[in-house]
Amino acid sequence: MLPSHGKSVLIRTPEGIAFRLTLAGPVSRFMAWLLDTFCVLAAVTVIAPIFQLISVFSESYGIALQVLLSFIISMGYGICLEWFWRGQTLGKRLLGLRVMDEQGLHLRVSQIIVRNLLRAVDGLPLFYLVGGLASAISLKGQRLGDLAASTIVVRIGELAIPNLESLEADKYNSLREQPYLAARLRKKVSMDEASLVLRSLLRRDELKLESRAELYGKLAEHFKSLVPFPQECLEGLADERYLRNLADVLFRSRSARRP
Amino acid sequence: MIVDLEKFIGNQRQVWKELEEVLGRIERNPSTRLDLDQIKRLHLLYGITSADLARLQGFAAESELKLYLEALVSKGFCEIHDHRSTLQRFNPVRWATRSFPQVFRARAGAFWIASAVMLFGCFFGVLMLSIDPEAKEALMPFEQLLGDPSERVAREELKGNPDLGANKPVFSSTLMTHNIRVSILCMAMGVTLGMGTLILLFYNGVLLGAVAMDYIHAGQTSFLLGWLLPHGVIEIPAILVAGQAGLLLGSTLMGGQDCLPLSHRLRRIVPDLTTLMGGVALMLVWAGIVEAFFSQYHEPVLPYALKIAFGALELTALTLFLSRSGSMDSASEGRSARAS
Repeated sequence: MLPSHGKSVLIRTPEGIAFRLTLAGPVSRFMAWLLDTFCVLAAVTVIAPIFQLISVFSESYGIALQVLLSFIISMGYGICLEWFWRGQTLGKRLLGLRVMDEQGLHLRVSQIIVRNLLRAVDGLPLFYLVGGLASAISLKGQRLGDLAASTIVVRIGELAIPNLESLEADKYNSLREQPYLAARLRKKVSMDEASLVLRSLLRRDELKLESRAELYGKLAEHFKSLVPFPQECLEGLADERYLRNLADVLFRSRSARRP
Repeated sequence: MIVDLEKFIGNQRQVWKELEEVLGRIERNPSTRLDLDQIKRLHLLYGITSADLARLQGFAAESELKLYLEALVSKGFCEIHDHRSTLQRFNPVRWATRSFPQVFRARAGAFWIASAVMLFGCFFGVLMLSIDPEAKEALMPFEQLLGDPSERVAREELKGNPDLGANKPVFSSTLMTHNIRVSILCMAMGVTLGMGTLILLFYNGVLLGAVAMDYIHAGQTSFLLGWLLPHGVIEIPAILVAGQAGLLLGSTLMGGQDCLPLSHRLRRIVPDLTTLMGGVALMLVWAGIVEAFFSQYHEPVLPYALKIAFGALELTALTLFLSRSGSMDSASEGRSARAS
């Protein structure tokens, strides 16, 4: 699943829908480049014995073909893979990155060629220093090749609908025994606060035990002060259970409750 | 407001899963062709999912669900607005014989500027070497050019090029790849608002002028023409076309009187840059073959008059090709000119 941090660009479709694309960071891009460089070197090394065979018949033609093919592989690797894999090379694929048009569309072949040709400048003087500086300055993280070709490199992730089963909404919810207070809670809790509660519950397993206890304690304290419920509703309720009940009140209508 | 998340996901899950499945199928096999019904269905699913995302953006909801829908909508958006089918109509012969010269003519202004800068560099090289013949070492970085031209001519007319021997294919491929790299750099330097391109063109002009002056001064004009013309009449224009592409990129970045946003301006010239650089690559492949297999033979093997005539013939053919080829296709050229 996509992490929510990092730089992103907002795309507005002609239908009036807006969505965000998370931009790839410089480290992941550099790692992808290293992997791609390794792939190119590996490919050149693999083809070398083939040309040694040709050299048996004509040494000069064998070397000439090797020179040409090494050049074609080094220039064509990025261009061909980004075309066939829709903006991905092997390195980008492994690191979950993709090159896209800065308007959120697939790439045109001319964009792929131009962004790859401009590596000649981005790669200067060593290890993509120019390109790295350009992408650090650019708001969209574009190296010079990306700028010229109007492309961006984004992070992609596996698609998955959040699993709400972990909220354990089937269990008895003492907060619902106070419908007036529950309605007041729904009114007073902001969208961001509600989102925060849900997110903290869905990601509980990613948190260390102590951190989770501290986070849930702080959240529970905040929401309890926002709308105080009678003591009998909260009695024996751990912070985590309180937050689960809260999420149930906030995100599930009364009619949606299961018997 | 806060959305009833469980109900929302329960109601829409099937639609999202179906869209995810269709998009996944297209991604796994980009050549997938959808029939009309499938396209309509894809559009419907995309529309529903977009509406769900829009709805969710107005409510408090789990942010990962928003990210899920955003990822789904962005993928759908790509497919709905995709333009990959244009490549299937790509005809390499038509591209080389029509599109390339048409784009060259449509952007000829940048070519003439590139030519003027290189010519100025040539004059500078000639002038420098005339004033100070000792400056040869500073002006020419290649060791093989530093010797006495008359000695080289005498040696190569007697024994041929000793460095070449049976290595003509290697020499040819090395020349091609080196020249293509230099051309790519020349174009790519356009990103420095054209300054890098101008410097490279000027430097190449200085080098050319200095070499020419050195050989002319030594009384080896026939050798010089016979040596340089067969490949140079293609190689030098190729570098100039790369410079043309670089200057086009630089002028687009500067903007001038064009009020369009930078990304729109760049989007307009990127196909032309690709076409010009494709043409450059073709020209340099030809020049590399000629340089290795023809230019390096001198009298008495090949008379200089024949080599000069061959060079002149190539130059005439190139001039006619770039100025005339595809000009009958007026509609296409008109489009290109309007786009410029």
